[in-house]
Amino acid sequence: MTAFLVVLVIILFGVAIWQMGKIFQLSKSKQDDTAQVANDKDNNINGWLMLGFTLFTYLLLAICFWKWGDVVLPRAASEHGPGIDSLMYVSMALIFVVGFFTLWLLGYFSFKYRGKEGTRAVFFADNDKLEFIWTIIPVIVLAGLIIYGLFTWTDIMNVDTEDDPMIVELYAYQFDWRARYGGEDNTLGEANVRLIEGVNTLGVDGSDPNAQDDIVVNELHLPLGRKVLFKMRSQDVLHSAYMPHFRAQMNCVPGMITQFAFTPTVTTAEMRLDEDVVAKVDKINGLRRAKNQNLGPDDEPLEPYTFDYLLLCNKICGNSHYNMQMKIVVETQEEYDAWIAEQATIAATLKQ
Amino acid sequence: MMRGLLNKQPSLQLLNNNKKLAKKKDMSAHAVDHAVDHHDDHGHHHKETFVTKYIFSQDHKMISKQYLITGLFMGIIGIAMSLLFRMQLAWPDHEFTIYEVLLGKWGEGGVMDPSVYLALVTIHGTIMVFFVLTAGLSGTFSNLLIPLQIGARDMASGFLNMVSYWLFFISSVIMVLSLFVEAGPASAGWTIYPPLSALPQAIPGSGAGMTLWLTSMAIFIASSLLGSLNYIVTVLNLRTKGMSMTRLPLTIWAFFITAVIGVVSFPVLLSAALMLIMDRSFGTSFFLSDIYIAGEVLHNQGGSPVLFEHLFWFLGHPEVYIVILPAMGMVSEIMATNSRKPIFGYRAMVASILAIAFLSTIVWGHHMFISGMNPFLGSVFTFTTLLIAIPSAVKSFNWITTLWKGNLQMNPAMLFSIGFVSTFITGGLTGIILGDSALDINVHDTYFVVAHFHLVMGISALYGLFAGVYHWFPKMFEGKLLNKNLGYVHFWVTVVGAYGVFFPMHFIGMAGLPRRYYTNTAFPYFDDLTDVNVVITIFAFIAAAAQLVFLYNFISSMFFGKVGPKNPWKSTTLEWTAEVKHIHGNWDGPIPHVYRWAYDYSKLNKDETDYVIPGQDFAAQHIPLQDNEEEMNH
Ligand code: HEM
Ligand SMILES: [Cu+2]
Ligand SMILES: [Cu+2]
Repeated sequence: MTAFLVVLVIILFGVAIWQMGKIFQLSKSKQDDTAQVANDKDNNINGWLMLGFTLFTYLLLAICFWKWGDVVLPRAASEHGPGIDSLMYVSMALIFVVGFFTLWLLGYFSFKYRGKEGTRAVFFADNDKLEFIWTIIPVIVLAGLIIYGLFTWTDIMNVDTEDDPMIVELYAYQFDWRARYGGEDNTLGEANVRLIEGVNTLGVDGSDPNAQDDIVVNELHLPLGRKVLFKMRSQDVLHSAYMPHFRAQMNCVPGMITQFAFTPTVTTAEMRLDEDVVAKVDKINGLRRAKNQNLGPDDEPLEPYTFDYLLLCNKICGNSHYNMQMKIVVETQEEYDAWIAEQATIAATLKQ
Repeated sequence: MMRGLLNKQPSLQLLNNNKKLAKKKDMSAHAVDHAVDHHDDHGHHHKETFVTKYIFSQDHKMISKQYLITGLFMGIIGIAMSLLFRMQLAWPDHEFTIYEVLLGKWGEGGVMDPSVYLALVTIHGTIMVFFVLTAGLSGTFSNLLIPLQIGARDMASGFLNMVSYWLFFISSVIMVLSLFVEAGPASAGWTIYPPLSALPQAIPGSGAGMTLWLTSMAIFIASSLLGSLNYIVTVLNLRTKGMSMTRLPLTIWAFFITAVIGVVSFPVLLSAALMLIMDRSFGTSFFLSDIYIAGEVLHNQGGSPVLFEHLFWFLGHPEVYIVILPAMGMVSEIMATNSRKPIFGYRAMVASILAIAFLSTIVWGHHMFISGMNPFLGSVFTFTTLLIAIPSAVKSFNWITTLWKGNLQMNPAMLFSIGFVSTFITGGLTGIILGDSALDINVHDTYFVVAHFHLVMGISALYGLFAGVYHWFPKMFEGKLLNKNLGYVHFWVTVVGAYGVFFPMHFIGMAGLPRRYYTNTAFPYFDDLTDVNVVITIFAFIAAAAQLVFLYNFISSMFFGKVGPKNPWKSTTLEWTAEVKHIHGNWDGPIPHVYRWAYDYSKLNKDETDYVIPGQDFAAQHIPLQDNEEEMNH
């Protein structure tokens, strides 16, 4: 694929340079003073090209869908996710319809009305009715979208504490993540970066009773179907906790606690069996195998890839921003209980 | 280039002097007119030296060229940077010696260092937004066209205008010099969010590099303010007789409102920059609080990075309209001229410029939906943001209708204007997604955003810039025209390349890939993006190659271009009545008066037997109303 493209580019370049050579010659030939103003021939050629360009735009989009339609995120793995996705589909559909027609009009008019000596353009300066129509239609459509969007947004952002969400702190620092669970009492102990010392890397207040059962880990485990309220904190600069599969994101701001809540609805195991995910993982492993075939003598071979949910940093935070990640595991309540039972509490850690 | 100018100098000077002598008699005859026209005839008496003509010139036409050439120079740097980091993204595990050649210690062994990747992205963004598309675009054309199109001898204050350019020049020099700082230039993204931009411990570029960045921007803002004030005053006070506000060409409306937005919003960025400087150097805590970095706790307490985001985007969002409005104005003008039709819905076009200008100052929060600000604010900003789509839609429909039943003259400027509408639509539509807070949660800061803003502001404004250069080149370079065939090659390769770069980019964004990632190889999950990345980079190279054609065309036409007709595009506006040769004061004789709006293209006489002026499909603004003509009510 790559080699083919490179060859294609080289050919295109060759053609371009050859054509340009011809044009340079043309540009040197004798000319009258309107030689650089478009004439009927130019209008004709460029009019046709405009039509072609419009078709190219559609074609390019079609090719993108056909070749890369499968790289986009798989189905949402959180309760609010499908709401975002359907709003996205509605907006996308609207965009495609409007884009298709307006680009068509633009391209077609450019072609249809390409200039010709002796044609008379129509003096058409104003039409209040037309303008009213195309003001009011966007108003109505956008009003619909705004209302739809605002309902979705408030639904997601207004955390109802009556759901008794599990409290988890996401702690960001250059260039890694930690998660802190509230423990038995589901309450996080007080913390401040001023208390960071030795093993107490999150600056948790060891004297706070609520802190004793807190649990700090470097892999985020979430039980299926339980609402999680994330409290985000940053140790140094801005980071952003981006969990694309859950359609969730919130910045981590030093000096301030931000929050975001969602309910995971698909376990990691289930997601690995999802059709789209299976196809994606197969494709990735195919690529990785291909890479392994042409390894140098001292390159490590690439491991086969299995799907996992990810927490990525999505706010520029320094040189290793590109590699600031944490694995997320969604599992059944039993699996989760078993896992959490094995983790050490803060009290235990600090005593050591 | 310098040699060329030097060689030309004496002969030009001579020519001007001779002409002045010849005109002396003439002038006294017009003395009365001159007084009425607020004329200062400096140029006719003082001898110009090389320095006052080409360097410390106070003539708006020369200043405009200075802006353009500085802007183009910065543009070359910006594009070259984008090619470098695109190479890194497409072939992350290849070694390219060119990295070592260009980046020195940061490209050792042909491997690009992550810090230099961030630096390149940051300076690319800064240069493109501020130096190319604000100063290079608005500075060039506001300067060139405001006096010429409203019928003024020059800007209200030629001196301030000169100072404005030289401040811009100094800030460009500082920005370029910052590339050579030991620890590297600013690397915190063009949005320079603190604490990253405040703490050298967090990223090396936040040391001396960031100091220079802030200094450069502070000077830039001063330059922009001086320029904008000058534009506003000139438009308000120096219009020729008959040029009422409702007869202004849309270009002038756009430049005027752009200047107003600039004056309103740039000072806020300046204050943010000053506060950041204080935090960095004097231990204040405007934006910093509770930070533990490099093994120690900082003393700062009580500040908020979110405050900086508010201040930054209070400029940052209007800034995208500062970039796009002048392009819109020029496109409107060029489309009408080359369609041989009036711009459709002049009043709606002006109203939408005003609406956009107003709304642009109350939508900044759409960059901050997930910054941690109150979700209710998110709702408000979603509302205002989607409102802005309405005037934008009106403008697009009006441009398309302007083409309808026209007699389209496909000059390169016209092609770029049509291209502008195309990218403005494709880029603008995805704004509906990003402006919707619920949807932004998942695409914020991904490549989807990169694709969106490049199309709607980067590429669109760039097309506007090109359209303007092709159209007004004769006004800048004494009647010379750019070569049209090279223009066609430039246009067609560029538009194909630009869509080739930015359409696929939406998909990697929807795959969840964050922007400002040095490579996506740290995540096997993104391994399947490799070939999209390669395709994007190849298209980027194709698009960049097309700019070489433009550059060649520009330079060769500047020196060897053929002089075309005085009004090559048969345009109605006043600049085409001014002298082809550049003289101080623009018009040798009295300034023409204005009797009609700027869009009497293909207007027929009362009996619809012929055009208003028989055999000529346009009636320029300085032509009095004819007996056989109905007056338009605008
Ligand atoms: C050859 C043409 C161009 C290419 C290939 C290109 C490519 C890119 C890419 C890939 C990024 C994102 C990098 C990242 O986030 O990691 C970027 C950033 C950016 N570009 Fe361009 N670009 C081009 C032209 C322009 C133009 C004309 C503008 C003018 C507005 C522009 C403005 C920006 C800005 C503001 C950023 C954000 C910088 C930041 O993240 O701090 N670019 N460019
Ligand atoms: Cu980061
Ligand atoms: Cu904005």
